[in-house]
Amino acid sequence: MIPYLLILPGLAWILFFFLVPLLSLVATSLQKRAGTSLSEGFVPALQFSNYTSALGEYFPQFIRAFLYAGIATALALVIAYPIAYYIAFKATKYKYLMLVLVIAPFFASFLLRTNAWKTILSADGFVVETLNALSLLPEDRILNTSVAVIFGLTYNFLPFMILPLYASLDRIDPRLVEAASDLYASPATGFWRVVWPLSMPGVLGGVVLTFIPASGDYINAQLLGSTNDKMIGNVIQAQFIVLRDYPIASALSAMFMFVLLIIIVTYIRRVGTRQLV
Amino acid sequence: MAADLNLQRLTREFGEHTAVDHIDLIVPQGTFFALLGPSGCGKTTTLRMVAGLEEPTSGHIRLGDRDITDLPAYRRPVNTVFQNYALFPHLDVFDNVAFGLKRRKVADVKKKVSEMLELVELGKMADRKPGQLSGGQQQRVAVARALINEPAVLLLDEPLGALDLKLRRQMQIELKRIQIEVGTTFVHVTHDQEEAMSMADTVAVMNLGKIEQMGDPISVYEHPKTAFVANFLGQANLLKGDIVGEENDHLVVDVHGVKFSVPRSEAPVHDGRIVIGVRPEKITVVDPGVTTLPKNQVAATVIDSSFIGVSTQYLVESPWGQPMIAFEQNRDPTDVARPGDPVLLGWEPRHTFGLDPDEDLKAGLQESVPAL
Amino acid sequence: MTWLRKRVLLFVSLLTVAYLMLPLLVIIVLSFNKPKGRQNTAWNEFSLAAWTNICRDQTICDSFWVSVRIGLVVTIVATILGTMISFALIRYRFRGQLVTNSMIFLPIATPEVILGASLLALFLNIYVPLGFWTITIAHILFTISFVVVVVNARLAGLDPRLEQAAMDLYATPFQTFRYVTFPLVLPGVVAAAVLSFSLSFDDFIITNFNSGTTVTFPIYIWGAALRGIPPQVNVIASIMFLGTLAVMALLVAVARNRSKTKVVK
Repeated sequence: MIPYLLILPGLAWILFFFLVPLLSLVATSLQKRAGTSLSEGFVPALQFSNYTSALGEYFPQFIRAFLYAGIATALALVIAYPIAYYIAFKATKYKYLMLVLVIAPFFASFLLRTNAWKTILSADGFVVETLNALSLLPEDRILNTSVAVIFGLTYNFLPFMILPLYASLDRIDPRLVEAASDLYASPATGFWRVVWPLSMPGVLGGVVLTFIPASGDYINAQLLGSTNDKMIGNVIQAQFIVLRDYPIASALSAMFMFVLLIIIVTYIRRVGTRQLV
Repeated sequence: MAADLNLQRLTREFGEHTAVDHIDLIVPQGTFFALLGPSGCGKTTTLRMVAGLEEPTSGHIRLGDRDITDLPAYRRPVNTVFQNYALFPHLDVFDNVAFGLKRRKVADVKKKVSEMLELVELGKMADRKPGQLSGGQQQRVAVARALINEPAVLLLDEPLGALDLKLRRQMQIELKRIQIEVGTTFVHVTHDQEEAMSMADTVAVMNLGKIEQMGDPISVYEHPKTAFVANFLGQANLLKGDIVGEENDHLVVDVHGVKFSVPRSEAPVHDGRIVIGVRPEKITVVDPGVTTLPKNQVAATVIDSSFIGVSTQYLVESPWGQPMIAFEQNRDPTDVARPGDPVLLGWEPRHTFGLDPDEDLKAGLQESVPAL
Repeated sequence: MTWLRKRVLLFVSLLTVAYLMLPLLVIIVLSFNKPKGRQNTAWNEFSLAAWTNICRDQTICDSFWVSVRIGLVVTIVATILGTMISFALIRYRFRGQLVTNSMIFLPIATPEVILGASLLALFLNIYVPLGFWTITIAHILFTISFVVVVVNARLAGLDPRLEQAAMDLYATPFQTFRYVTFPLVLPGVVAAAVLSFSLSFDDFIITNFNSGTTVTFPIYIWGAALRGIPPQVNVIASIMFLGTLAVMALLVAVARNRSKTKVVK
């Protein structure tokens, strides 16, 4: 009886403000216009064509969201793994200091940090001028390209990769690495045969926790990208807040959520909910 | 001998602290060697240097005529049974045991692994994960995983520490059997003196980064050269006295007016101050007035007696107020002295050993045990 | 050469830290800038104007305090509700545990656009006016899960025998909680509270859907980003970042000191 009383208020909150809204979203996605213009409002219906027309119109943004988020997640994994490994195995007495340094930047405004990248990557900035001098930039600029958007996504969601990786690596008994080395595994082989498989829960957790918010993000595309870099988040945001075409916006959201749910359910099946962070 | 393990001036410092202090040691091929000492004495560090998991500050490690000091762990023909085993939790028993063979791309992995699993009696457990095994089974997997590589030296780092007493005794016999069967050099690190003595051909007692004494278990136990060895390896009564004379190869030592004999060959000094010692099981406890006692005798008062089955252990007080201990074989349990009873202790002079007078009599005693 | 090889990982890690810190450096540097035009994106001239007159534009400070107020309500409610759930999940075995776990996990694993959009759909459908309270409701929703995750980590590492020992020593269930469980879980709860506040304070996406005409600090920044963010915003962000860094470093130092004395003993 006690555990149910303990979970009741919190779970009720999630039920009422998460599950009910999701259903309400699905209901809205099937509504049709009351009149000919959007301003006349919507009436309940079962207009499934909202889905086909939404998908037909915004398919590129869908694909782009998953593509950009996918690349950003892969980059985040590559950047996060060495530092997570270092903090877990090598940092010894600087362990917590390093963790603080990794987490602290994310206590400063997300919008300002993204905006700061705008300054760093701007056309007359040091980075672009150097790269241009080496003729490494095909478009002569970084800002307002897909590179900048992916870069921003990678940066902004990096802690979601570092923390689960660190948690998972920190749980590995360092003696296992020694045992591998004792059993003729070179450092590289020891890593691939022992550390990597044992850190898999952290890798999967980090990938899920990075990919999902990155795929739904619209701030990076808005601040760092061009109009050709818009992602599904930008579309949903614009449809809901600017255009107010609620059924189309809801249909897009529902489809997006559906794809992510498949990922989440696969993840829970594979790893469970325990491994998180 | 081709593959003797040879440590030369081996040293490891951690900052200011010297964990292993210029150790010289030869472990002949095929022997069961025990490195015994309290925690923090440097025995595990020594073992890890041999394994290649710790870099020596100075000194050399040789295997036969090969200097392996700078060889990384994964190129050394040496394998380790780790404390708490360090079995790979994501691999089953078969893959754990096959790990080293696969890294060296040895042929016939399957056959070799099943043979090895038979040797450690785990044939049916091949597809279990380590988490599904009992402590004793995990221990065998750890031994099999190391031994299958036919190492020149097998290192065992407190391998039985996690097992309960009964299983530990059983595994000691098992390990000894395996060692004899495969004939590999075993270097066994432990703080359990009974474990070391019951298994090893040679025991080295370590303290503060140095080897205090080394030899076969009987000689080290019977003829300790330092107070630390006397106290750490079993128990000992250590008495401080003066050498006052000599008769037939024996020194006569005066301890607070009581005279004891100690063989001249057992004494490091032959005049002046000396410490003499005797192990408690060498002492016979009788009622005062009994005359058929060995030559070294002292009257005492019983402080406490505890009956522990195979023997009765007495804590007595000598005339000069020093507590002493004596164990009596439990042949006739009705004859137990009570606290307050006056008794006579006696032991043979040949069971007496001598130590340097500057020895700290409390060296090697556990802190938790009241100094006896 | 081996010296270098042994430290490759360290250098890569320090490089990563530098990468993480770079935007912060820009934010702090630009807080001392006297921007040329409206856009404070390029260095012009050193000035303390923004630091000495943070509230020059009253809307900055108003939006700041709106975010603080929301953050405080969110922190209190989410920390209490989340800690309760965590206790149930770690200290009890009950039917529906897996479902509960999944329910907690879902809001974390849902992108903020979806959370914001679906809540907006609900508020629209039941005609709730958007503003302070809809923002607060939304923030509590997505912070509860993070509280559960953080407190779980602390609670799971807590030996249940400590509580049993307390009971054995004549402590009633309430006293056990008050004198043993709660003090031991407190660091986790504090961490969860700090995380809740910062998540709420910094949230833009969900807030943007449910704010109506209420302007929080991130909403203000978003609006200002188009016409130029005044350096005062950088000042506030710098203060918050440096403050967080100082507090966290202090906590680490204290924790390390404590563990040190433990080892010595």
